Amino acid sequence: MNTQTFFIYLIVMAGVTYLIRAIPLTVFTGKIENRFIKSFLAYVPYAVLGAMTFPAIIYSTADLISGIAGTVVGVFFAYKRKSLLTVAVAACLAVLLVSVIELAL
Amino acid sequence: MENEASDKKKDIKRGVQDGIPIALGYLSVSFAFGIMAVSAGLTPWQAILISVANVTSAGQFAGVEIMAACGGLVEMALTQLVINIRYALMSLSLAQKVDDTFKKPTRMAVSFCVTDEIFAVSVSRNKTVSKYYMLGIISVSYIGWIAGTAFGALLGGILPAVISDALGIAIYGMFLAIILPAARDDSRFLKVIIIAVVLSCMFRWVPVLNKVSSGFVIIICAVAASAVGAWLYPIDEEEGN
Repeated sequence: MNTQTFFIYLIVMAGVTYLIRAIPLTVFTGKIENRFIKSFLAYVPYAVLGAMTFPAIIYSTADLISGIAGTVVGVFFAYKRKSLLTVAVAACLAVLLVSVIELAL
Repeated sequence: MENEASDKKKDIKRGVQDGIPIALGYLSVSFAFGIMAVSAGLTPWQAILISVANVTSAGQFAGVEIMAACGGLVEMALTQLVINIRYALMSLSLAQKVDDTFKKPTRMAVSFCVTDEIFAVSVSRNKTVSKYYMLGIISVSYIGWIAGTAFGALLGGILPAVISDALGIAIYGMFLAIILPAARDDSRFLKVIIIAVVLSCMFRWVPVLNKVSSGFVIIICAVAASAVGAWLYPIDEEEGN
């Protein structure tokens, strides 16, 4: 990608992101009262993360078997309320283990 | 005066301490981001600049996908808006917790780094949030985010494929660690997440639907699932985040 195109993308990306964070913190210091909007906003992060994670997670590694293994381990540790770091590392290790076994076979 | 100075130091120290686990978590995720960005065709410097300018996880991954696919600027702006709109709520919530050290310049600077983790950790303390505490927690986390990106972008290529492959799942592991505890605690969140996941799977596997670009898929899934959730299972009071 040429440098100019990259910077245009970067400015749009960073500009939108900054305004999203800055407007509420600097301008709207009052409270949101509308129940629908409040609920909607509360659900958004989880819906986004859910849609981003599935089914992409099972395709995130070299092959489906290691992807599914990593997913199962990640789900297990996340369900057990382990920290972000622990869950991420455990999923990576599971993928690594399966990949090494596959290489050895 | 003396008292004030020691409070300052204490707050910065406390912020730094709270920032360390966040930075460690960011290292693995931004490392994966660095690898992903370079493999999508960006230079290491471009990958690092994205992390310096954005400080988002999901937003950056989606943004690079759009760049790689030569997507439109409207698609880029809308994708960032929908993926990152949660930060508006966090900023709003944070605005209610800050103390009087938060003047306008501080607010504008802190706005740059309102992430899920920094927000959650700083707001979940039982005290008001001072700018010194924010300075500590943000600087440590920010360094972790950029360092991880640099390592991934520069060293990702010389890592054995098995290792860089395994790291590809790190970001999703982090996402699981955010959504599953919430789904366990509150069945309404579970239902909304299930709706989003089912829609997302449809956009992946159903013919015709799978032609829609990934940025718009996330927008559609998130808006539809959240709207259904807000309509059928409204949230009262100060629950959720």
